[in-house]
Amino acid sequence: MTRNSIAFWTGSTVFLVAVFVMTQVVGNQYPFFAGYVILQFIALAVAWSILGGYAGYVNFGTSAFFGVGVYAAVFLVKAFGAPLPLQILAGAAIGALMGFALGLLTLRMQGIFFSIATIALTIIIETTITNWRYVGGAAGIQIQRPAVTAPFDNYVQMLFFVQALLVVLAVAISRYIQNSWIGRGLQALRDDELAAECTGVPTLRLKLLACVISGALMCAVGAPAAMYLQYADPASAFNLNYSVTTLAMSLIGGTAHWSGPIIGAILLGTTQQLLTVTISSEVNVLVLGLMLVLFVVGAPEGIIGLIRKLRGDRKEGEV
Amino acid sequence: MTLSDTRSPLLRISSLTKRFGGFTALHDVSVDIRPGERFGLIGPNGSGKTTLINCISGAFRTEPGTVLFRDEDIALLQPHVRTRRGIARSFQIPRPFRSMTVAENLMVALDFAAHEHVSAAQRRDSMMSILDQMGLGPKANVSATQLSQVELRKMELARAMATHPKLLISDEAMAGLSSSEVDEVLDLLLSLASRDITIIMIEHIMQAVMRFSERVMCLDAGRIIAIGSPSEVMADQRVQEAYLGT
Repeated sequence: MTRNSIAFWTGSTVFLVAVFVMTQVVGNQYPFFAGYVILQFIALAVAWSILGGYAGYVNFGTSAFFGVGVYAAVFLVKAFGAPLPLQILAGAAIGALMGFALGLLTLRMQGIFFSIATIALTIIIETTITNWRYVGGAAGIQIQRPAVTAPFDNYVQMLFFVQALLVVLAVAISRYIQNSWIGRGLQALRDDELAAECTGVPTLRLKLLACVISGALMCAVGAPAAMYLQYADPASAFNLNYSVTTLAMSLIGGTAHWSGPIIGAILLGTTQQLLTVTISSEVNVLVLGLMLVLFVVGAPEGIIGLIRKLRGDRKEGEV
Repeated sequence: MTLSDTRSPLLRISSLTKRFGGFTALHDVSVDIRPGERFGLIGPNGSGKTTLINCISGAFRTEPGTVLFRDEDIALLQPHVRTRRGIARSFQIPRPFRSMTVAENLMVALDFAAHEHVSAAQRRDSMMSILDQMGLGPKANVSATQLSQVELRKMELARAMATHPKLLISDEAMAGLSSSEVDEVLDLLLSLASRDITIIMIEHIMQAVMRFSERVMCLDAGRIIAIGSPSEVMADQRVQEAYLGT
């Protein structure tokens, strides 16, 4: 194990322990409600950037994957009373299949055409779910949380911890991809797809792999949301806000490094939670738009790019 | 007849035709490239040289016609599979991986196309030795966006070499270079050819073609109008007409 890996896994363990201790010590429920949403967006942004960042294929279908995760959980709970771990696993499996199908159908298209196809996917799936009576149709469906198991004494606290686990999983996968031959291949095809092919990179296969992993993670992240809200309806589960927010978080944080989406999601997620509490939930959408514009103009490589640039400047200054 | 003539060809193109809608870019092209040969491909702009290269490297699918590489039909293989079989190319307009350093550009090739299962350290050595051959050693950790034109050309050739090719196709690697730079790149190609790599060179600079090629083929409007030794082809009436437009 390299020194970086040791630092990463130590950091992850400390993070999980801190989250666990928090669930045991903090009595107020609000931090868990707000924290859950931030963790959910960190995981979504990290998952998104595997395809959107490393491969440069901008996916507007985050809400499709997220919503399918939500409804996979809804269906499993209603039909079999399935426990939470099973809901998440099933969500991941369905997300992987969905990523594979989407990839096969659309990854031959390049750039903007792929993005348009992912929006279409969201609309198609939302329409399908809206017309599926069993899971509540357009009116939505109420879900009863089961009793919480020890050591947690509140279901939201447990969901908070579960989401923290998903964050660590997503980051570990993203970090592994970036440092491996897969990441190098994705970076090559993002720079120049034909040149990558002619250098031996199996571009279609790598894009499919990225789409499958990214899709599986996004669906898995969506699955616990049904229990979190105790309610699901198509208009919220497939809300385009998930796509836009996730994309903005990744781009603002920077997609050149696995830590970029985490930074972006923490920054934006926290700001949004603060604004929702202090002003209104509508203002946070406005702020999201403003920040995105600011970053696209001022720092197109995101915060990671900004940091690298500052470091580079300092190095040049030393020479 | 020399010994190389009796060996089976490295690349055999038979009756290759490529159409774009109603436009026929290549018409019934057949040619054999012998192992170890230095083959020059010339022709006026738009004559189909790059189209032919794209058909060999897999960027374009061919309709009628076959492309045999080491006796295997590769017409339906994807480009990356052809690269792994041993066909490497450079691009007319350099296409570096811009977000990477020179060293990382080569590592892509070594990660994905190198045949042997070698350790990371061996790959690193192999990369440095290719960069040194190409005179790019000091530039290893420089971003690809900061290279000069001639360095970019050399890096494209280096990246192609890192795939361990048996056939290297150089698509106008000398276009836009000064005469001393042309000589530099030409010497590089000649040194590669001396290591038993078959090279197809597309070039407009006639001195370079004459000095480099053992055999030259001239395309015009998608058809082969002459093939033979450099002096024969240059002396050919139709080649002169195609170039001078008389």
